Amino acid sequence: MPPICRALLGIGLLICARAQAGAFTAYISNEKSNTISIVDTEKLAVVGTIKVGQRPRGIELTKDGKFILVAVGDDDAVQMIDTTTHEIVANLPSGPDPELFTQDPTGKLLYVANENDNTVTIIDLASRTRIGDVQVGVEPEGMGMSPDGKILVNTSETTNMAHFIDTQTREIVANVLVDARPRFAEFKRDGSELWVSSEIGGTVTVIDPTKHEVKSKIAFEIPGLRKEAIQAVGISITADGRTGFVALGPANRIAVINAETHAVQKYLLVGQRVWHTAFTPDEKYLLTTNGVSNDVSVIDVTSLKVIKTIQVGELPWGVAISRH
Amino acid sequence: MRQFLVGILLFACAAACANAAEVRVVYLHAPESKARLSLIDIPADDDGLAGARLAIEDNNTTGRFLDQQFALEDVRVPPAEKPAVGAFMEGDAPLVVADLPADLLLMAADAGRARNLLLFNIGAIDDRLREEDCRGNVIHVAPTRSMLADGLAQYLVWKQWRRWFLIVGTHAEDRLFGDALRRSAKRFGARIVQEKTFEDTGGARRTDSGIAQIQRQLPVFTQGVPAYDVLVAADESEVFAGYLPYRTWDPRPVAGSAGLVPTSWDPSFDQWGAVQMQSRFMKMFGRRMTARDMQAWSAVRMIGEAAARTRSFDPGTLLKFLTGSDFALAAFKGQRLTLRDWNLQLRQPILLSDGKMVVSVSPQEGFLHQVSELDTLGVDRPETRCRLK
Repeated sequence: MPPICRALLGIGLLICARAQAGAFTAYISNEKSNTISIVDTEKLAVVGTIKVGQRPRGIELTKDGKFILVAVGDDDAVQMIDTTTHEIVANLPSGPDPELFTQDPTGKLLYVANENDNTVTIIDLASRTRIGDVQVGVEPEGMGMSPDGKILVNTSETTNMAHFIDTQTREIVANVLVDARPRFAEFKRDGSELWVSSEIGGTVTVIDPTKHEVKSKIAFEIPGLRKEAIQAVGISITADGRTGFVALGPANRIAVINAETHAVQKYLLVGQRVWHTAFTPDEKYLLTTNGVSNDVSVIDVTSLKVIKTIQVGELPWGVAISRH
Repeated sequence: MRQFLVGILLFACAAACANAAEVRVVYLHAPESKARLSLIDIPADDDGLAGARLAIEDNNTTGRFLDQQFALEDVRVPPAEKPAVGAFMEGDAPLVVADLPADLLLMAADAGRARNLLLFNIGAIDDRLREEDCRGNVIHVAPTRSMLADGLAQYLVWKQWRRWFLIVGTHAEDRLFGDALRRSAKRFGARIVQEKTFEDTGGARRTDSGIAQIQRQLPVFTQGVPAYDVLVAADESEVFAGYLPYRTWDPRPVAGSAGLVPTSWDPSFDQWGAVQMQSRFMKMFGRRMTARDMQAWSAVRMIGEAAARTRSFDPGTLLKFLTGSDFALAAFKGQRLTLRDWNLQLRQPILLSDGKMVVSVSPQEGFLHQVSELDTLGVDRPETRCRLK
């Protein structure tokens, strides 16, 4: 317990609870050093390191917060790591070279994109076994789950499409063409919009998930930067659906977007080659992974300012933040 | 009778191919001699063609969702029939991926113009095809000699290896590459301190005791040169450059046609998602992917990308899309590839390979341009002699 809480214990637990709200744990996958850096979001410092398999990229926590899931591409597995002991408890049968994955809202099923054989592999997390596959486009990568769990969206990098997959029948129900090399798919929390980033196209396509139609396209223009340097990758949208954050890769910036009008509000300079982002559960901070500068930028979501840079391992790739 | 047959065919198609529209793409090539100094550089029989085949599969995966189908036709021009190259495109395929030397490519382009064919040049690196001899119906996917030379020169200058010893072969292509290297040196501030010509005396590239002689000849040939940082060789004909590394009089690195070689693709390249491409290729063909394979893949993917966006196979519609601002090819080079609309050349980074690893990728940091840094490679718009017709 932070000292301030102990001092305040007699006065008011409520205030204390608020002060404590910032103490979450962020896990950063470091693609080159084969580790996960553990960051305390109150101290904004690295408090530990976990050694994992080779080439860790996509990272998430199980819905119960008990395990870290990390795709270790060169070991052809998704590793399951106990968040208390930091021990690897299982290597899930993800298929070859897994990169990104998503879970259903209940946390029972894991959907993994397999770039090498153009499939999405479905894994039962309780039994830790593979229970099915869906054939999708060339080089599947981005994975998004609708808040009601009915639709899984997968983006394929060479096919340049977002495939809408019915999670009951496991069949593709619609395909929407987006710009070149789609990397990431994120639903608004109310399920009203799906955002898909295109790395080479340098845009975010906003899709109506019921009509399967493109609603609008967000483009980015930064004075002094060539179009080629602007590459949209990671996306985070606030729970109220009002603000979106898009990582722009080698442009070294995060675009802040009015998620209602889809207009770009401002660009925040972060570290080099920024790829993925995650909010702290209270949405006070947004953490970004900056691959080339080996650090994580911390953005204050209210003031829209970068308040801290934290050195982590080599080539930080993904980030997941636990409530604990 | 004829109408009856057409009726049957239409019926068969309605049953078999549902609503999918199909386009045939011709892969037109005139296989050449395979003389190479190193055994590992001898191209496979399907060099280039394999890349096109993989891209057809990729296009069809997208096409499956859009009711578009792509088919590839392998058309080889026998040596004796080269003058009639135009006749080899006389099917109903509107799109031609051409792996042909410059003169044959121009003959094919001019023959195809009347029939509204769109050609994709994946083999010829000659600058003249994009300059004084440019054609409005030929898209160039292969980089030019000047792009390759500039990509190499930027790195050598960045490395501060500014004093070059240039050795040029005696064949026409060697001299053209020599010209491109001289132009790059001037452009980026390198200095050629000495230039020599290496005569091709017509000897065999492979003899059972060749090494002993080469080991004595090469040091002498490279002796007595003013102080230099790097030896740059122009030897597209594969006569001598491969013999230079480790045999020069002065201990100096070699670049150009051997040592550090500029290229559009390398089998070892693994950045920007390229590993996926390399492993897909390996799985399908059981060999590694070459620059020619990559150029063919890129051409067929450009066709697929344009067809998917425009929902059309019409060459004119595809060309309009490909030269427009909405076109971006994702080809594992870390940035979008686009077309120079003034001469239909694909903008692309140039990889520098040592034969085992990719050492660097140009454009190098600090070489700036007002439109695209990729336009620091090769002949730029203000210098072009191309007037598209």
